[in-house]
Amino acid sequence: MSFPVVKGTAYALVHAGSMLLYQGSTQMTERLKNAQSDHLRELPAHLRKYEDAVGYPPNQAYIGNITPDELKEIPRPWHENPAAGAGRDGKYGEIMPEDEFFGLMKIVDSFDLVMLEEAFQDAVKEKLQAHQILKDIRDINKLEGTACSAAEIQTLVAEHGAQPLYSGGKPAGCVKKAHEFDEALSSEVMLGNLANKASAVLALRLLLAKTDLRPEEVDYIVECSEEACGDMNQRGGGNFAKAIGEMCGCINATGSDTRSFCAGPAHSLVEAAALVQSGIYSNVVVVGGGSTAKLGMNSRDHVKKGLPALEDMLGAFAVHISANDGASPVIRTDAIGRHRIGSGASPQAVMTAIVTDPLDKIGYKITDIDRYAPELQNPEITEPAGAGNVPLANYKMISALAVKRGDLQKADLMKAVDSFGMPGFAPTQGHIPSGAPFIGHAREMILEGKIERAMIIGKGSLFLGRLTNLFDGVSLIIEKNSGRGADTEDAGFDEEQARGMIAEALRDFAKAFKG
Amino acid sequence: MDLENQARIKELHDKYGSEDLIVVLGGAEAEASGLAAETVATGDPTFAGPLSGVPLGLKAYHIFELKEEVPAEVYEEQISMMEMVLDVDEIINEVKTYRQ
Repeated sequence: MSFPVVKGTAYALVHAGSMLLYQGSTQMTERLKNAQSDHLRELPAHLRKYEDAVGYPPNQAYIGNITPDELKEIPRPWHENPAAGAGRDGKYGEIMPEDEFFGLMKIVDSFDLVMLEEAFQDAVKEKLQAHQILKDIRDINKLEGTACSAAEIQTLVAEHGAQPLYSGGKPAGCVKKAHEFDEALSSEVMLGNLANKASAVLALRLLLAKTDLRPEEVDYIVECSEEACGDMNQRGGGNFAKAIGEMCGCINATGSDTRSFCAGPAHSLVEAAALVQSGIYSNVVVVGGGSTAKLGMNSRDHVKKGLPALEDMLGAFAVHISANDGASPVIRTDAIGRHRIGSGASPQAVMTAIVTDPLDKIGYKITDIDRYAPELQNPEITEPAGAGNVPLANYKMISALAVKRGDLQKADLMKAVDSFGMPGFAPTQGHIPSGAPFIGHAREMILEGKIERAMIIGKGSLFLGRLTNLFDGVSLIIEKNSGRGADTEDAGFDEEQARGMIAEALRDFAKAFKG
Repeated sequence: MDLENQARIKELHDKYGSEDLIVVLGGAEAEASGLAAETVATGDPTFAGPLSGVPLGLKAYHIFELKEEVPAEVYEEQISMMEMVLDVDEIINEVKTYRQ
């Protein structure tokens, strides 16, 4: 079987302090209930400066300047211990400041909804014209001669329901609604969708800049965020994927949007792998932009506990899946984990379905996987909000399953957690933490021979949509390439396949004994 | 505690009363489980949801406390892994506090 490979990855973060304040759903709800509330009054003093967000160790791990193992060695609280040598640019991507991002939102806005104030637009235009990967983006001329006055912006916000954009505490622009009555095209929704599109465009352009993939080579784009784009007659009609590809020169690509809450990226990676392995497409990109609604989601707790408002980052990523090149790590499409509709919703049922069932299929033990990448939420964000250390909880569950299966002694439970785990380093942007942030690191660690394989796990809370109480989860194993490549892998003896067959035969044999 | 869940529990309480109604929790943390137990007993301490200032007087139990009530094979299949992972005593002690 010729497995598809993870050919390249890119990661982007956007510092979004003012959007946290004005467009984060926690703050928007609070403003509706009581615009003078203590939380809204106290929150601004807790916002971070861009420089602090750049130096924040988990953010440096996200863009590839430090590894998750190096992050583990940095003492917490991380917000008091900036990473040495931190910078805006990283091996896998960059951390963009909010002012430039507003300029990018205007560039990707096809319906003239983003209005920027004159002086602000001029300053941002200059910065983006000097930006290595954005200076030649199509429609950069939208930043020429389109600005409006501060008074016009004030009127649009005060009288026409536009969403305000602030920079350095001053009004910088606004996002208008796209329809008079349609809630699916309201200014809040349009701002969220445009920010999502812009951050995904940044991630995809980073991927194209940092790898050999050329835009015209992309055949298909799977977009995997948690936003819905459409109008009142088809609220989730789509299509983010093509809108993003258009801004990146992917003229030969088509695409579509895949949704499953936080499990969206894992589903999308499986789809991309299948499209490539089947030969339908040669180069598929999975891309996901960030969520403005989730900015400052837990900021009440952070403010109460005297912490900075750490949920001030939009996250985005792009992963290139291509046909087997004989070198890049493969996706084991013969061992995809899936939470079935009939699996049950208890944590144990979910972990069995997405972790141990696929391992059984190819005769692996839990301890055969060198690294697990489940929900990689940064614990410094979730712990003060009472949600605990999410990745650690996942690692303990995987270890406990290993103990129950006899793969591990109970006494070694925490030792295993330490060996196959890693600290969470992703912003709490729903789909973003779900395994995807580790793909770049995993690819590099496998290529360097530091690990053989990693499991990427995506889990989704479907009940939030109020249509089902079902849970969701998908996993995939990324593994060292056997080196036999696309042409020869099908021919002759396939060690992996044989191993799976022997394991299956042994299991049947053991079952016959039991029965 | 989730605002929708608060509304649902309030509805159930209004329909069935508190005498034959208990709340079964599955929280992974003592603090969060305690908060849920407190919310259904004396009202939402965060004053964010429908149970703000509404003391339903319901008793909450964590599923770990009800082990004897659950068929052993179901418990083994659904809960035993989490029993190995979570701080069972801390959670139970916290939840118990709000039944006194």
